[in-house]
This record gives sequence, C-alpha cells and structure tokens, in this order.
Amino acid sequence: MFGLSDPWIIAAYVLTTLSVLLCVVYGIINWNKD
Amino acid sequence: MNYTLLNTIIVIYVGLIALMGYLGYRSTQSAGDYIVAGGNVNPFIMALSYGAAFISTSAIIGFGGAAGAFGMGLLWLTFFTIFVGVFIAFVFFGKRTRTMGNTLGAMTFPELMGKRYNSSFIHMFSAIVIFVFMPLYAGAVLIGAARFLETALGLNYTTSLIIFTALIAVYVTTGGIKGVMYSDALQGSIMFFGMIFLLIFTYTQLGGVTEAHTALSDMVSMVPAKLKAMGHQGWTNMPLFGSTLWWVLVSTLVLGVGIGTLAQPQLAVKFMTVKSGKSLNRACLIGGVFIFAMTGVAFIVGALSNVHFMNTEGKTALAAVGGNFDKIIPLYIKTSMPEWFAYVFMITLLAAGISTLSNLFHAMGTALGKDIYEQLNKKKNTSSRHTILFVRIGIIIGIIVSLILGYQLPISIVARATAMFFGIAAAAFLPMFMLGIYWKGITRAGASAGMVTGTFSALFWLFFVHAKEAAPLGICNAVFGKPFLISSAPWPVVDPILIGLPIALIITVIVSLLTRPLEAAHVENCFQGI
Repeated sequence: MFGLSDPWIIAAYVLTTLSVLLCVVYGIINWNKD
Repeated sequence: MNYTLLNTIIVIYVGLIALMGYLGYRSTQSAGDYIVAGGNVNPFIMALSYGAAFISTSAIIGFGGAAGAFGMGLLWLTFFTIFVGVFIAFVFFGKRTRTMGNTLGAMTFPELMGKRYNSSFIHMFSAIVIFVFMPLYAGAVLIGAARFLETALGLNYTTSLIIFTALIAVYVTTGGIKGVMYSDALQGSIMFFGMIFLLIFTYTQLGGVTEAHTALSDMVSMVPAKLKAMGHQGWTNMPLFGSTLWWVLVSTLVLGVGIGTLAQPQLAVKFMTVKSGKSLNRACLIGGVFIFAMTGVAFIVGALSNVHFMNTEGKTALAAVGGNFDKIIPLYIKTSMPEWFAYVFMITLLAAGISTLSNLFHAMGTALGKDIYEQLNKKKNTSSRHTILFVRIGIIIGIIVSLILGYQLPISIVARATAMFFGIAAAAFLPMFMLGIYWKGITRAGASAGMVTGTFSALFWLFFVHAKEAAPLGICNAVFGKPFLISSAPWPVVDPILIGLPIALIITVIVSLLTRPLEAAHVENCFQGI
C-alpha cells in the first residue's frame, strides 16, 4: 500500500489517519454539546 | 544568505510576539486572569495553545531526526500523540479536570491535586517535583533553540542563548497565561502552515507518495552496520521485535512520550482555562489536526529525507550529517527547500521552542508563587498582588536555572531530557490524577504513596538501571562500581516510565483499598457536576 510493505508501518499510518478522523468527527458531532 | 528578507521576517515576528504579550498584559487584572486566563479562553486559542505547548523544537528537530535515523516506526508516536495526547486527554481527562478544577477553585495542577485530596503534602510535593525537574526539560529545549539560532544566524552560542531567553522572559513575566496563550496560538498557526508546506513540498519533490515510499524501501541495503546490529531493518520497516532499537523506539520514544503527555502539568492546566465542555469538544477537532501536522509531518519528512540525500549526495541522511540526528531536519530544509521557506521554517522552529518554554516557565513560576509560597503562608492572608509577584519571582528563578543548565548540558541531551521529564511526571502524577478524576474510592494515603513511589522508582531507574542516563551520570558507578545495575537485556534499554508508572499505579490502588476513605461530603463536592 502506497509503496509500504511492513504491516506495522501500514498500521501506524492507518491508526494515525483514523485517530485524526476520530478527533474531527467527535469535534463536529459534539460542536454544540457541553 | 538574503539578510534583508531574513531581517524583515524576524522583525515582523518579534513585533507580533510583543503585541500578543501586550494584549495579554492589558487584559490581565487578577491572579485568576494571570494563572488560568479567568477560565474564559476560546477553543481555537486553547487548542493551538495546547498543541504549541506540547510540540517543541525537540519534537520537530530531535524526534524528526530520530525518524531520519530509525525510520517510519516513529509514526506510532504520532498515533499516540493524537489518540492519547489529544483524544483521550481532551475527552476523558479534559472535561473532568475542568469541572473539578472549577468546583475546587484550583488554578494550578498541584493545587488541583492538593484540593482533591485535601492534602498540603500532595500539593507541596507536586509543586516541588515540577520546580525541581522542569528546569531540566526547559534547559534542554533552550539549548536546542539557541543552537538553532546560532547555526541559522551565525551568532555565537552565548549571545543566542541570552537573546532567546530574554525574549521569552519579557512576555511570560508581563502577560501571564493570556499572553502565553495568545502568542502560542500565533506560534501554532505559523507552525501549522510551515509544516503542511513542508509535507506537500517533500512528496512533490520525490515524485509522489508511492514513489517516495518505494524509493525509501529500496534503500534497505544502505542501513549502517551499527544500526543493523541493533535491529534496524530499513526505514519503512519496524526494528526487529525485541531488539535494542525496538525497545528504544517503543518504550522510550513511543510509550514514554506518548503516555507521558497525559500527566504534563503545563498541559493539564490548559483544561482549566476553557469556559465549557463545548470548547473542549471543538478544541479536540483542532488539536487532532494540528498535532498530525506537527509530529506526522516531522516523522514522515524525517524518514523521507534519506531519499533526498540519496538522490543528491548518494548517501543516507545520517551519513550526510556525520552521525548527528539533530542536524538531519535542519540540513534537509537547507538543501532541499527554497530560501524563503528556510527562513519561515526557522521562525516555525523558534515558535515551537518559545511556546513550549514559556509554558514551562509559567508552570515553574506558579509552582513557586501559587503553590509553595501560598502553602507556606496559609495562615497569613496572602493578597493577589503578592501571589503574582511570587509567580514572577518563580519564573525568574526557573529561567536562571534553565539558563545555567543551558551552559552546562551537552547538546545531545535534548531528546533524552524530554523523555526523562515526561517519564518522571507520568510516574509521579498520572495514577493520582487519573484515579482522582474517576475513582471516588481513592484515598489521601493511596495518592500520596503512589506519587512518592512513582517519583522515586522512576528516579532510581534513571540513576541506576537505564543505561543512557545511569552511565553518563556516574552515580551508579560511584556507589556500586559499575555503570548500571542490571546488564542483561532488555533492562538497560527499558524506559523508566514502564517501571515507575505500573509500580505507582499498583501502590495507589492497594494503599487506597487498605486505608481510610476521604470524607464522603468532600468527595461528593469534588465530583459535583461530573
């Protein structure tokens, strides 16, 4: 995937992307919640 | 070197910093304003301020350089800094810390802990740990930033150190946390755009994402023999499981810094500056994207710099800088980016160093002025004016001690000192902080025992077992006649956080289960609104 073959490095990329998305989605959903 | 362009950029930058300090100074009227910005800071400022305080020169230069040497395994730290350092910190720690801080009227981390457990001992001990150990971290960041100024502007080291320290001293002592947070938000914005440009430019220059990664994978045969013997398997692979390099990467760089983030007093205090849980939700979005732009970009670009040096000089990044990790990112910027970007990036790095340092000095100042001074003068009626005065004295002492360390410590200490302070802070503070906001059953004795054993077990490990510190410090050698106590693998490379934190956590829980609980009314009051 994208020139990478080590599953641990791919996992780090994927988890990094997912955690950014998690922060973004959480922020949007709870934008007006206390 | 285009001095006109460089000077223009510097003058604009220093002018903006001075303006931020002035805006903070103008709106600072009370001790509350000075220490937690009156609890009324907007989420954009808070998130950028948190991020800019978190990410220092050490993260970009030190850890980015480590990625140049060790490879993309450093991306695990990016994952931890976003998932643990932002998501868990904001959602699971931030809201409860803010609510409890407000209920108890706490303005600093030691004060929050002291009031949560109704204990002067916990209050004082936490403040002392901060006041004693933080200058080490601040001194190290100071060295990194001053060395960068020295290289970039051709000034001598002493002049760089003094100019840089004076700049920070002025706005931290005048503006309080509002000045710190406003300028952090400005530094954060500069850092964000600088790093995004760096990422795009790097991938474009190397022919695209897949092409760049493939070229880096193809360099596996060029791994230096010394690193190969330690477990290095190429820059797009993790080190060999269980090897020395694997332990350094996973225990010190990824877990040590990734988990240590949760118990950083200068970051925890940011939660008490926002006006609502809503602000923290919004800050989570901004913080996640920001931290990715910092650590993600630094580590990806650090690793990919190998391809650039291979294409231009036919060697690895480490070989191009003569073996010094800290020079990889600066040299990469200098040789691959347009001149104007090199100047803007220099400002980005100084911004990162300044924002982290100003927060550290602020935390040290409040530890002395707000925590230690007020605790010692409990019976006397201390006025707000006195508190601010003693906070300023604390900041000045912190700055002087850090400046002295700036002269004394060697440059290679920067990344190590960062991990050292993160480890000690996590072992000392994390169990009582985490359980304090979640578990009503934790007792005063449990929290105290965990804090003391955590602090001392982490220090013991640093002084006597962890080879990287124990050997150069020489205390173990003086006492036991050998550089470190346990020589069998993997112990000399296991980070103190993996020893101190579990011990502290277990002790906190066991002692809490065996000792007298806190008064029920006090506990209910602490958890009001949670």
